[in-house]
Amino acid sequence: MLETLELAALPAEAEALRAPVRAFLRQSLADVPADVRARSWMGFDAGFSRALAARGWVGITLPGHYGGAGLDAYARFVVAEELLAVGAPVSAHWIADRQSGPLILKYGTDAQREFYLPRICRAEAFFCIGMSEPNSGSDLASVASRAVRNERGWLLNGQKIWTTNAYRSHYMIALVRTSGESADRHRGLSQVIIDLSLPGITIRPIRDLTGDEHFCEVFFDNVQLADDALIGAEGGGWEQVTAELAFERSGPERVYSSLVLLDEWLAYLQSRTQTDGPGITLLGQLISQLCVLRAMTLSITQKLAEGGSPAVEAALVKDLGTSFEQQLPVLIADALAADGARGARAQLIKTLAYITQMSPSFSLRGGTREILRGMIARGLGLR
Amino acid sequence: MTQDLFGDAMQQLLAQHSAPARVRDIERGADAHALWTALEEAGFLDALASEAQGGAGLLLPEVFSIVFIAGRHAAPVPLAQTLLLRAALGAAAPRGPLSIAPGCLIDADGAIDCAQVPFGRMAQWVLVEVENQARLLPTATARVSAAGGYGSLDADLRWNHWPDTSITLAAASDWTTQAAAMTAALMAGAMERVLEMTTSYANERRQFGKAIGKQQAIQQQLSVLAEQVFAARLAARIGFDSTSTMAAPQRAAIAKERTSAVAPEVCAIAHAVHGAMGFTEEYDLQLFTRRLHEWRMAYGAESEWRRRLGVAALRSGHSRALDIVREQIMAC
Repeated sequence: MLETLELAALPAEAEALRAPVRAFLRQSLADVPADVRARSWMGFDAGFSRALAARGWVGITLPGHYGGAGLDAYARFVVAEELLAVGAPVSAHWIADRQSGPLILKYGTDAQREFYLPRICRAEAFFCIGMSEPNSGSDLASVASRAVRNERGWLLNGQKIWTTNAYRSHYMIALVRTSGESADRHRGLSQVIIDLSLPGITIRPIRDLTGDEHFCEVFFDNVQLADDALIGAEGGGWEQVTAELAFERSGPERVYSSLVLLDEWLAYLQSRTQTDGPGITLLGQLISQLCVLRAMTLSITQKLAEGGSPAVEAALVKDLGTSFEQQLPVLIADALAADGARGARAQLIKTLAYITQMSPSFSLRGGTREILRGMIARGLGLR
Repeated sequence: MTQDLFGDAMQQLLAQHSAPARVRDIERGADAHALWTALEEAGFLDALASEAQGGAGLLLPEVFSIVFIAGRHAAPVPLAQTLLLRAALGAAAPRGPLSIAPGCLIDADGAIDCAQVPFGRMAQWVLVEVENQARLLPTATARVSAAGGYGSLDADLRWNHWPDTSITLAAASDWTTQAAAMTAALMAGAMERVLEMTTSYANERRQFGKAIGKQQAIQQQLSVLAEQVFAARLAARIGFDSTSTMAAPQRAAIAKERTSAVAPEVCAIAHAVHGAMGFTEEYDLQLFTRRLHEWRMAYGAESEWRRRLGVAALRSGHSRALDIVREQIMAC
């Protein structure tokens, strides 16, 4: 069942991280234009990720023993929202920090933790997530890539697609079939960690509609994986992926994707002399939506910090958050057009164009709107 | 904990005195004396009044569940307005139902016109703000005409001249804003009830050999309904996030803007799923959806609050939307 979302506050220890993170960002992003920052957590800069890691802000929730900061979900929330609000290029380490690290900590062997986690915390190991396949999108349980046990470990064949950052990552955690057939659905699926430098792997970036390259197709042709490539339980892949997706969907990144645009537009409004009118009313609407959505993600963070697993609640916030992210460029475009965009800087228009083009992906990545609503319906007791 | 105890007690009281049949009776003109007396005797009306004044001395966040539950039961009395005014007036507060006029006009002859006063049909005193002076005026000397649609408790009030007796409130305050925060909590409660009713109905009503809730098209709509209701509840909570008995104006604005903005869609989905059944007088859904539309308009709907929030945001001087939310509105 769905649990009520209560008002949560950030503890002082978490809040204390805000000023230093902000100071660091002010310095390191001073020359980056808004339309580049608009890439938000799709912007890739390995040097930036390492600089962030050097300050202890990658792997924040991982234990100190593995090089993490040993802090809680609130601390991650503060750092994440500061990074996302200005559109810092966090993509290189983001997936490892958000999903792969916590997954390895939870399901990995001691040896796997000792190997991967310190590298993640130093931003030396970048991860991608191998879920979708050409014939397996929303119907994730139908994956056909297969790892077969042999004397040297696992022999992997198959293909992944839409894999974000595969061509610039070191490792992929892939959901593959280790027994049974597609008809067996959730049974017989496992997760494996794939070193992307192994022979037999071909990675081709796919250019997106804005001209950027981030997602990829990845081919596995008789790739020999070592015995310890398996992460977690053989056959436990579905449960692990489900738990991982709860992390994936629970952060402020499902609300903040268009914030750089909102701030650029705010600067435009401030540069004008109008103090009332439709633009100001729209600003009030967007601030109000942002305020409540932030409170909702903070409430999810509280549930995570208290050891809960708010998967359905996170799906609910994500669906609402991505609707806001998608509405924002539509409404701002209308307001700008109403006064002929007089005096709008090229930066604002470029940022608007980028967000407008990217916005359909906001409700596709990490589970489509229709799939999320199916989960919510289950939470309501309808299925 | 205190809050939950209050909430539980309120729940029990309203289950007895504000059952749907009773709500309809009162809407048709039966007196609400039994319900009002029960609320008075249980101490709910003085929950926000200080202990020195004989109240419970609670702070605004602690009475959220009381107001929310009043909304869940479509309680046909101005509990929320009375809570506020008794806190402000203490022992000087008159005992009967009190309400707050959303606005008023004074014509050339000095007559005072207050349109669409929530609960105006039953309020004994109504707070009227004229030129930054807030006064409680007795409705006994006003012309009271029912203002809303079928079943509405709203009324237009007109005093031909200033009444001989009135009670002046010492502290200046923006009472529309305070009443807006209260109304947002009522709306969130009503929406929660609407979500429950709609979900149960979708699980019970069978077509094509199965519950309609098994149809994906219905599931998608109910998910959207749940999203809006969850957001509205948290927004209403924000409106009550305060360290005193009064709402912080910008948080009140957030609460009323969000609850008002989602109310039409909440009502539309609930009615769509209920089909013709939800369209009957006999079925309880209308008690809640009618109120949601009324309360949306009471004390400013979404556009008015958006305008105020936008003006404040622009004046704040912050260059980031996140800072406006964190520092100016939420202070966290």
